[in-house]
Amino acid sequence: MKFKHSLYILPLSLSFALLAAEPSWRTLVEDGLHDPTSPAIGVLQEPASALSLLPPDTTGNQVSWIRALREGYIEPRTNILPETKIEVLDMDIIMEKTGELSLVMFPHKPHTEWLDCANCHDKIFVEKVDANPINMFAILSGEYCGQCHGAVAFPLTECNRCHSVARSSFTGKPGVQPISVSD
Amino acid sequence: MFKNGKCIFIAFILSLLATPIMVAAEYGDVLINNYSDEAGMRPVVFPHWFHRIRFRCKVCHADLGFKMEAGGNQINMLKIIDGEYCGACHNGEVAWAVENCDICHTGKPGQPTQVHQSTASKLTTTTKRKQAESVE
Repeated sequence: MKFKHSLYILPLSLSFALLAAEPSWRTLVEDGLHDPTSPAIGVLQEPASALSLLPPDTTGNQVSWIRALREGYIEPRTNILPETKIEVLDMDIIMEKTGELSLVMFPHKPHTEWLDCANCHDKIFVEKVDANPINMFAILSGEYCGQCHGAVAFPLTECNRCHSVARSSFTGKPGVQPISVSD
Repeated sequence: MFKNGKCIFIAFILSLLATPIMVAAEYGDVLINNYSDEAGMRPVVFPHWFHRIRFRCKVCHADLGFKMEAGGNQINMLKIIDGEYCGACHNGEVAWAVENCDICHTGKPGQPTQVHQSTASKLTTTTKRKQAESVE
């Protein structure tokens, strides 16, 4: 009798475990944001139908947007005005004033693959190492990195994605790095 | 006290009651309600995820001049019809045109303008948020 029960329980618990591991997306009707009576329901694309096909991540849209772009899953347009300059910059900056946390490595490359220089410079960040009084209070209130991170780019609960260089292992000079350590 | 089945049923109902009604929009969804409620339209839901599959951030935030602030662009239908903001693409050429009112105006009425699922909103409690809103 007991053995019989375990036959049912095993596949059941396995499917539950799989469900827990798989990312899932709310439908538009049940997301609490859309009006379920809107005639657009059924016309608009459901998040799951697009996002489930992209490389997964654990937070935000549960999509690694950087990988989605680099690996060719998506090919988002770079410009709408023909005269727009497209500039991808491969330059890493190490910031050391992080208290006891790991140092922050800011990679220009993934940012400039999505953004224009003018999106950040000089409105949000002065284009000079150490010239910006960036701190977590300001970031959490939506300034500096917090303009995007915590709203559309990966959330601010992902400390280690920015604070990624261990203090003990870093022997170079903070600021602009000579060789790219991103990718 | 109760038979097992009853107990489970009651616990289920109680757990349903205890579950707060929460908005579980997609990360980065922007609800824009600058003028919609007043105009008797549903507020606009702007899905960042849908647009970033098709366009890089720079297209809207550099080329088209969208400020990175929910509700900060004072977009209205006149500007859109003139080809500004959403109207740069939603003109029947790049994307469907403005006569499809109900495809953008899809939000539940009465909601405040905001970016959904933001870290700031997740790290503050509902009470704190209500206090902050009442101060504003």
